Amino acid sequence: MSELELDLRHAHRLMLLARTIDEREWMLNRQGKIPFVVSCQGQEATQVGMALALRPGVDHVLPYYRDLGMVLALGMTPVEVFLNLFAKADDPNSGGRQMPNHWAHVRLRIYSHSSPVATQIPQATGVALASRIKGEDAVTLVTFGEGASSKGDFHEALNFAAIHKLPVIFACENNRYAISVPQVKQMAIANVADRASGYGIHGEIVDGQDLLAVLKATERAVDRARAGDGPTLLEAKTYRLVPHTSDDDDRRYRAREEVAEWKKRDPILLFKNLLIDRGLWDEPQDQALRQEIFDQVSQAQAAAEAAPDPVPDKALDHVLSS
Amino acid sequence: MPDMSLIEAIRDAMDTEMGLDERVIVLGEDVGLHGGVFRATDGLQKKYGESRVIDTPLAELLIAGVAIGAAANGLRPVAEMQFADFSHPAFDQIVSDAARWRYRTNGLQNLPLVIRMPYGAGIHGALYHSQSVEAFYAHVPGLRVVTPSTPYDAKGMLIAAIRDPDPVIFLEHKKAYRLIRGEVPIGDYTVPLDRARVAREGSDLSVFAYGLMLHHCLEAAGALAQEGVSVEVVDLRALAPLDHDAILSSARKTGKALVVHEDNKTLGLGAEVAALIVEEAFEWLDGPVVRVATPDLPAMPYNHGQETWALPNVAKITAAMRDLAAY
Repeated sequence: MSELELDLRHAHRLMLLARTIDEREWMLNRQGKIPFVVSCQGQEATQVGMALALRPGVDHVLPYYRDLGMVLALGMTPVEVFLNLFAKADDPNSGGRQMPNHWAHVRLRIYSHSSPVATQIPQATGVALASRIKGEDAVTLVTFGEGASSKGDFHEALNFAAIHKLPVIFACENNRYAISVPQVKQMAIANVADRASGYGIHGEIVDGQDLLAVLKATERAVDRARAGDGPTLLEAKTYRLVPHTSDDDDRRYRAREEVAEWKKRDPILLFKNLLIDRGLWDEPQDQALRQEIFDQVSQAQAAAEAAPDPVPDKALDHVLSS
Repeated sequence: MPDMSLIEAIRDAMDTEMGLDERVIVLGEDVGLHGGVFRATDGLQKKYGESRVIDTPLAELLIAGVAIGAAANGLRPVAEMQFADFSHPAFDQIVSDAARWRYRTNGLQNLPLVIRMPYGAGIHGALYHSQSVEAFYAHVPGLRVVTPSTPYDAKGMLIAAIRDPDPVIFLEHKKAYRLIRGEVPIGDYTVPLDRARVAREGSDLSVFAYGLMLHHCLEAAGALAQEGVSVEVVDLRALAPLDHDAILSSARKTGKALVVHEDNKTLGLGAEVAALIVEEAFEWLDGPVVRVATPDLPAMPYNHGQETWALPNVAKITAAMRDLAAY
């Protein structure tokens, strides 16, 4: 997609939508209405940029729990997100059975995932294998943090995908921390993508705060996969502006100064400035859009809150098919 | 009707179903060119090609993970763990993900996959080629765990497992692979995955067993018949979910229950069968519910004398039956 074709304002809207829902989640958490929040603040450009390179409902996506921006960009609606957060019966991700942000969506080809990290990575390899065997024109994108790349699941998945040149994109959202553990304690190397050559696949590093750079890098990976040239290990350098979850206190392991520095590279701020620089946007439009999204999010929250809860004894349903 | 060994019936099941359903693929270590270390998949790659019969790297977690992903994207994978003892790296994928996929998506997504594993002792396999793993997997709701004791059941249950919409752990006793033979129909047929089978009717006591032990129990029952004791032998086949109706109706019929398995005694499947019978058939019982099992060893010794001492056998089973019948 060329920059002319991409509706830059749509991309901006998606990031703002993610941020607004995210901020609302924290507020609801403080009010005691949502017990658990896992936030994507700071990673919106990475997530939306990657999603915009895909064909929703055609390509296969295995996100991880931080990917609110990604699932919204793929087409999950704010109501669907709130149904998930409030654990409602009509939550399309899990009917209220999973903790929030454990995404799954049949129509959008988002595959259900667990809490143990990285298990989705070899599964993505399997999804891509099936695409190859079925002869379908689809790529698979799987996301994970840099911490997940320490697991054996990661190693085994990339190795197999490399052997068979499978159409899969291994997309690492390197936000520099696995809860409190910084990258220097997670690996000896400077970049997760440096491992690519060890498997014999293409590796690439991209500035995760730059939506257009992420989009283009992901598109290159998609093209590579569709051309039969195999997997890509794509590493987006980004930052988690908030704690790991609402049960974490990041003041215990990182300095406020560091967070403040990264706030200057807030991806939404950077993109707004880009739009303004190109003469496509101005502050009054931005304010108006923020208000519109705020209202949209409030409506979605209300609709979801009013939706029915799962019936308690239905907890026994769906263990097996019969 | 052809006479086949257990391993031939298993191979026949895969061959039959792969011929009928192009979504069925086979993956595992050595399954392709080599045909499997037990020859379970011999000839399949030649017939169906390398894209459908895949030699994987030495990575059990990967085998399970790829099978899960492929099943989620519309295929019907039959993954092989070379030995049940080696399946433990895949435990996370199987238990955290495969078992919970349907449940955690509220029924909207499902995984039609089969993971085959040779299990069991008596072949000088020692600690890491002899384990029984059914208790680990049977404890996890969301998995079907089955083990056929006859070639007829092996083919029918494996075809049924491939067609089942949920993950099936398909356990095959490796000593029974070539030892047990029987008649197997040509073509496709299925045997239910959730039903036990009365292998021998009787009236004085019920013995519940599976795998190779089922055959030992039949032999023991034959010996006891000579002594005027009528033993009903029930092949559990379905280890998870268990066939509660079959277990309870047999226990109520005879009033005496014995469970025989090769797995360690403590927290083996026998504990569950015993608890079920005591809980729901107590008033019918004329004696304790007894288990014959391997003692609680971390694993099977290599030394032949020690392994023989440890394992249940016809003599031990016969003695236990005799004692229970006389209670």
